[in-house]
Amino acid sequence: MASLLQVDNLTIRFPRAEPVRNLSFEIAEGETLAIVGESGSGKSLTALALMQLLPRAAQIPNGRIVFGGRDLARLGQREMRHLRGREIAMIFQEPMTSLNPVMTIGRQIAEVLKVHEKLSGRAARDRAIELLKLVRIPAPEKRVDDYPHQLSGGMRQRVMIAIAVACKPKLLIADEPTTALDVTIQAQVLDLLDTLRRELQMAVVLITHDLGVVAQWADKVVVMYAGRKVEQALPDDLFNDPLHPYTRGLLAASPRLKHDFHYRDGALTEIPGSIVSATGETGCPFRPRCNQARSSCGHNVPQLIVPAADRLVACPFTTSIKAVPHAAALSH
Amino acid sequence: MSTIDSGNFRGGLAAQRPFAVEHEAPATSAAGDGAAWSNMKAPDARSQQSAAVAVTNGRRALKVFLSNPNALFGTGFLAFVILIALAAPLLYPDDPLSMVGRPFLWPGQNASFPLGTDSLGRDVLAGILHGSRISLFVGLMATALGLTFGVLVGSTAGYFGGWIDDILVRLIEIFQTLPSFVLLVVLVAIAQPSAATVTLAIAVISWPTVARLTRAEFRAIREKDFVVAARSLGYGHARIIFREILPNALPPIIVTSSVMVATAILMESALSFMGLGDPNVVSWGSMIGTGRELVRTAWYLTALPGLAIVFTVLALNLIGDGLNDALNPRFSQDR
Amino acid sequence: MPLLSVTDLKIHYRSRDGLLRAVDGIDLVVERGETVGLVGESGCGKSTLGKTVLRLVDPTAGRIEFKGEDITVLDQRSLRGVRKSIQMIFQDPFASLNPRQTIGEILEAPLIVHRVGDRTGRRQIVADIVAKVGLPAESVSRYPHEFSGGQRQRIGIARALLLNPELIVCDEPVSALDLSIQAQILNLLVEMKKEFGLSYLFISHDLSVVRYFADRVMVMYLGRIVESADNATLWSDPRHPYTRALMEAVPDPARPRQAAPLGGDLPSPSDIPSGCRFHTRCPLATDRCRTQEPEFRQIAPGHQVACHFADHIN
Repeated sequence: MASLLQVDNLTIRFPRAEPVRNLSFEIAEGETLAIVGESGSGKSLTALALMQLLPRAAQIPNGRIVFGGRDLARLGQREMRHLRGREIAMIFQEPMTSLNPVMTIGRQIAEVLKVHEKLSGRAARDRAIELLKLVRIPAPEKRVDDYPHQLSGGMRQRVMIAIAVACKPKLLIADEPTTALDVTIQAQVLDLLDTLRRELQMAVVLITHDLGVVAQWADKVVVMYAGRKVEQALPDDLFNDPLHPYTRGLLAASPRLKHDFHYRDGALTEIPGSIVSATGETGCPFRPRCNQARSSCGHNVPQLIVPAADRLVACPFTTSIKAVPHAAALSH
Repeated sequence: MSTIDSGNFRGGLAAQRPFAVEHEAPATSAAGDGAAWSNMKAPDARSQQSAAVAVTNGRRALKVFLSNPNALFGTGFLAFVILIALAAPLLYPDDPLSMVGRPFLWPGQNASFPLGTDSLGRDVLAGILHGSRISLFVGLMATALGLTFGVLVGSTAGYFGGWIDDILVRLIEIFQTLPSFVLLVVLVAIAQPSAATVTLAIAVISWPTVARLTRAEFRAIREKDFVVAARSLGYGHARIIFREILPNALPPIIVTSSVMVATAILMESALSFMGLGDPNVVSWGSMIGTGRELVRTAWYLTALPGLAIVFTVLALNLIGDGLNDALNPRFSQDR
Repeated sequence: MPLLSVTDLKIHYRSRDGLLRAVDGIDLVVERGETVGLVGESGCGKSTLGKTVLRLVDPTAGRIEFKGEDITVLDQRSLRGVRKSIQMIFQDPFASLNPRQTIGEILEAPLIVHRVGDRTGRRQIVADIVAKVGLPAESVSRYPHEFSGGQRQRIGIARALLLNPELIVCDEPVSALDLSIQAQILNLLVEMKKEFGLSYLFISHDLSVVRYFADRVMVMYLGRIVESADNATLWSDPRHPYTRALMEAVPDPARPRQAAPLGGDLPSPSDIPSGCRFHTRCPLATDRCRTQEPEFRQIAPGHQVACHFADHIN
């Protein structure tokens, strides 16, 4: 599969912090890449950087975001506007606040079509109905004239998706698309996203904190901690054999993985402490919370190594055997 | 005076960070002992080393306020006005209404009357200095009264809701539907003009704005979990209103109050201009009032007290803007 | 006598869309030392139910007996005593602490209100509880915004424990927290339960958390309990189609992906479907379900289900 988006050494800098540091990843056409992390991991800022929607105070001092031969990190506002919505689209966590409350959903969809496809009037409306049908909203001819508050949370997220895919983008960035939704609705929305991905042949960057979602919907997983990539793997590998102490801790701390484990049987395993800013830290950002930490972890930020095919991990003390430097990995 | 967007202040005072990169101290006990996860009981103790970072809400607001040149200018000018108001009886111990010189001396004409004299030979500078006393007195007192009553009514209505709210809102609306300046004139005309009655009358027409604002804040804050928690702990109404909700509702009220002082000064001036001020004291408004017929020949008689009003009101508005920026968590975030 | 016993509880509101039946006839019992998990999706009425147990919301009908005393008829003054014994832990650790008060003030106020100890005595109690929930002693002089979400939740737990309650209503206590923090808080809750002999009414939408944390589980749908069983039974032998759908909908790395188990949206509590309220989304619905409301019946000791076909499932 051809590479669609390549992020290379991306750093996001604020006046007093660097919430994302030297992040690299790659997405092939039509692929779903999950970026997992907790709040403070920098995953949402990464998503905003791809869209050039970072807050004003943020800068990208180094790194490239290559999409269709262009570096998005250095692209002008005008060209970026041209790309947004048409080639790269985004959906957000909170479907209530990301829709305009005083406009019918039909008009909001038509708006995108007007901007990018020069459609208007009847044609835009018909296409809007078509899109509502595409995202499986029942009775789209009626719903098209509804206002956002008349829809349920799940329906609103479907509308957001309809707007996002209106121009058949090549890349869809979904930032916690189901976090605000109930589990039964979450399953529906994720199903829909996956179906659309196949039908429209778009790649999806799925940003989430939910390991279960990752396991079932991603082709490839990047685990972020305190602004850095700490592990990358195929979902099966990640869940069967997590390598980074953080990933291991997360999987162990999560009650859902122990289906026959009850509080009367014992305590959950904890990761102590909470996420620590990468600013001013030398060495491994996870060191203060790590149960494997040694004195050498304080010296340098661990390099990404390739412990096995299709895997990267930023810890030299994983139990795995083979450790190839990252540079060698890039060449294969 | 109702130009404050109360929506800006609601909630979020705890400064939720848009991205939660937190400047936390590492939990020291966690490092390097290689123990199993479950044996570690390290509280995620952000505060262990955060003494240097610990800036309370108030101090951060002060920092923002002090870094705003407009607000600083406003504060400086207001301090200057307060100073001259305090110093006026020392500088000009005589009654500023007494005739001391030749009429119609222009500013600069006679060194002993730097700002000239009016048609009756009264010293304009003495008038402006003494006038600042009445303007500030009326402005501050009327605001204090209006604020107290408005906060009481607004908090009661917003906190209790239901029929109490219905009644109080009707009351507020009655006052707000009456043209406030006409009401002011009527009130002062009925109750013999004096500094006290003018103050009271201005307070009467200004409390509804505060009450509305306070009510809106209280309605929003009373739904917050920490208020529900207070109820669940069995706190009484007074404690919840004054200890839990009011401190959180204060920022927009403080901002409004600075603008209220400015408005009260303007209203006092307007009343005095119309001859409805206290006849026994000089005020900026009455000076403009007496000078208005001579505006073509001796325009300085209206312009000088006019400038005093303009700058004082401007200073108060600048302070209001500065407070708004400082107390509004959305702007105070200097990341 | 159970610690808490709720009988035929109804909480109805008048809203613009008509009568909103948030809680529509619920029976619930919490025994001493027990953790009862209450599971359901947003809008099913579980949070309203939790708040009503503390009389933060007044019920429309029904009884809430705490140690045999009906608290729905108590006036505000008599309620004060009960409030010492029933406490609540909130979902959002950012909203549940007054941002203008230090942790010391937040924790001392309940003691002042309930006239516990003198100044030094209160300070000591606060210091003890702060240590107990795993916060450093100097926390008392700091403001909530200086703490992370997990730490704030510890403060919320400390506040709930201050007055030595017997029952704590936990309203989604970990769902606003990061995964790595959730385990810390759940462990703390278990520890406190052991130490103080607490009972919990644990409200959550997260089945995996309830799976770990509850002794008995009740599944709620649109204001009614649809299934109730002890923890092990519910997970091994769920009988209500909604319970099964909830379980299947939780994405789990240990299991291959399945199609979304339920279509459609949760109906509005102001427009509850006739017959079985789940029939609009139920894969097994028949005509009988559309007209006749199933009775909440016992199918095995301690296992109750509100479904006509509970015996045929499995």
